[in-house]
Amino acid sequence: MNILVCISVVPDTTTKITFTDNNSQFNREGVQFIINPYDELALTRALEITEKSGGEVTVIHVGGVENEPSIRKALAIGAHKAIRINKNPNDAQEAASEIANYAKDKGYDMILTGRESIDYNSGQVCGLLGAMLSLPSINVVMGLDVVDGQAVLTRDIDGGRETISCGLPLVASAQKDLVEPRIPNMRGIMAARTKPLEVLEPTGESNFSAHQSYDLPEPKSAVKMISPDNAGELIRLLREEAKII
Amino acid sequence: MSVLVYIEINKGEVKKASLEAAVYGAKLAQQLGVNCNAIAIAEQAPSGLENCGISKVYHIQDTNAFDPMRHASAVEAAATTSGASTIIISNSYAGKSIAPRVAVRMQAGISSGVVALPVSVNPIVVKKGVFSGKAFAHVELTKSINVLALTPNSIEIESIPGEAAVESISPELSASPSYAITDTQVQSGSIPLTEAELVVSAGRGMKGPENWGMIEELATVLKAATACSKPVSDMEWRPHSEHVGQTGITIKPNLYIAIGISGAIQHLAGVSSSKVIAVINKDPEAPFFKAADYGIVGDAFEVVPKLIEAAKNLS
Ligand SMILES: Cc1cc2nc3c(=O)[nH]c(=O)nc-3n(C[C@H](O)[C@H](O)[C@H](O)COP(=O)(O)OP(=O)(O)OC[C@H]3O[C@@H](n4cnc5c(N)ncnc54)[C@H](O)[C@@H]3O)c2cc1C
Ligand SMILES: Nc1ncnc2c1ncn2[C@@H]1O[C@H](COP(=O)(O)O)[C@@H](O)[C@H]1O
Repeated sequence: MNILVCISVVPDTTTKITFTDNNSQFNREGVQFIINPYDELALTRALEITEKSGGEVTVIHVGGVENEPSIRKALAIGAHKAIRINKNPNDAQEAASEIANYAKDKGYDMILTGRESIDYNSGQVCGLLGAMLSLPSINVVMGLDVVDGQAVLTRDIDGGRETISCGLPLVASAQKDLVEPRIPNMRGIMAARTKPLEVLEPTGESNFSAHQSYDLPEPKSAVKMISPDNAGELIRLLREEAKII
Repeated sequence: MSVLVYIEINKGEVKKASLEAAVYGAKLAQQLGVNCNAIAIAEQAPSGLENCGISKVYHIQDTNAFDPMRHASAVEAAATTSGASTIIISNSYAGKSIAPRVAVRMQAGISSGVVALPVSVNPIVVKKGVFSGKAFAHVELTKSINVLALTPNSIEIESIPGEAAVESISPELSASPSYAITDTQVQSGSIPLTEAELVVSAGRGMKGPENWGMIEELATVLKAATACSKPVSDMEWRPHSEHVGQTGITIKPNLYIAIGISGAIQHLAGVSSSKVIAVINKDPEAPFFKAADYGIVGDAFEVVPKLIEAAKNLS
């Protein structure tokens, strides 16, 4: 079983988001970058599956050299090798097009992504890869097993949950609850230094979109405080002032 | 040129998120001066799409369970038949799983998490949520065909004249190989969180799962859905499907009542786009108050019963 895990590198979840150049650029100054949390889940589950059935886990990242520390971390967690496509993608379509070009003749049994990248929140790469490679794509899975060469996946649907049985190869995106993410240990960190990290030049499509500018949400007007002794007043205000109940 | 809206149907009824997509599509079509049509893949043609500004409803009679590949090929067929240049899909779980596949099939561009009508249509520039609710981006789409995946609760449903004349089509559909849904669990009775307009949510301040009775009761009297913070679902006090935030689900209800939740940045990421936020916390320094419209500093165990009482007295 050979599995490709797609990794995006994102600002740490506690980052205060600001912009520069007249709100046209994300301000990277002082920001700590991490592996997208959902991708760590995908990676951990991929490792568990290959530990049981044999095979290798490759991680792939489409991005600049500045993201190599996160790729090394993925190797320290246990991935066998890594690919970096040397391009800063403008959107999910550019990233997916690079990954699809790389993966198309490699015969992976599974390609895993995160449910969404917590910076651009597009949640598209899984479906894009599925369509580009003519493979089934199953989104937002919190359960993934391989039984007799068939994948068994559970995923959320609107107002419930379903279990899917699907043949390999496939593309799936990881959601929390899939596994507890693994923390790299000393041995993993040492081993990561000598694991292969191959850098390839981009070959995919571009020019799907252009980011024009960013806005921050409107600042909230001051909070209206209500005395706890008269808590029912909240309900009255929600009806008469806010007019939402 | 025209606009096409993908319609999801649940037990014969058009889902609320799809009505929003229809209204969005109709308004965009007005901006562009073209028609707006819809595609529904279901056993029966949907009713309830009249007065959503839809000219024609393409109906594909299909009794198969939802399969992203199958539905994406159906949308492509309807888009080609109707000459659609913009395709509107709700960013629901089903919508998310087909929108990117439709984009690839149509060699189109795509933007998901769209929260407002385009500010300009030539070229099309959309506003979408980024950084988990912490910011918005204005994105210009450069392809001649584009897919927009619309965040639920981003547009008011309103009445727009439209005949919604049903036209049956039966294109050849693709299907995922050896793909089967082997089990479906539906949360019965309760309101699905992603569609809820009102949400009552509680955190670790509730001390234990045995105290959730009052949270559920407040939700019931307000006809709200229930949600929770991450530690609450991690400790299995509440089901994981209720966890909101950066690593849980993102919601955008009209009202979010947060009870005994501190308001950590990762929690706010999932709820900060709510129209009105009311916070009940015994700690006046709780960060959540900074994001709130209404606040009560008090003990949830005393405040919540008073809220239930007051809500029951509303008529
Ligand atoms: C990578 C990452 C991702 C995360 N993702 C999420 C996420 O998606 N969603 C999420 O929720 N969290 C997330 N977290 C966790 C987040 O940082 C907080 O730890 C969490 O939101 C705290 O939950 P809480 O407010 O319920 O609990 P606490 O922080 O323990 O707060 C409990 C609150 O209840 C109040 N309280 C106590 N007793 C009472 C009472 N009797 N009456 C009224 N108020 C009372 C306290 O004053 C306190 O403010 C994430 C963290 C990380 C690192
Ligand atoms: N630049 C990238 N390189 C590799 N994988 C990516 C990249 N961007 C996104 N992905 C993968 O696609 C998932 C969903 O991202 P998105 O569709 O951008 O929200 C992420 O969780 C990653 O697994």
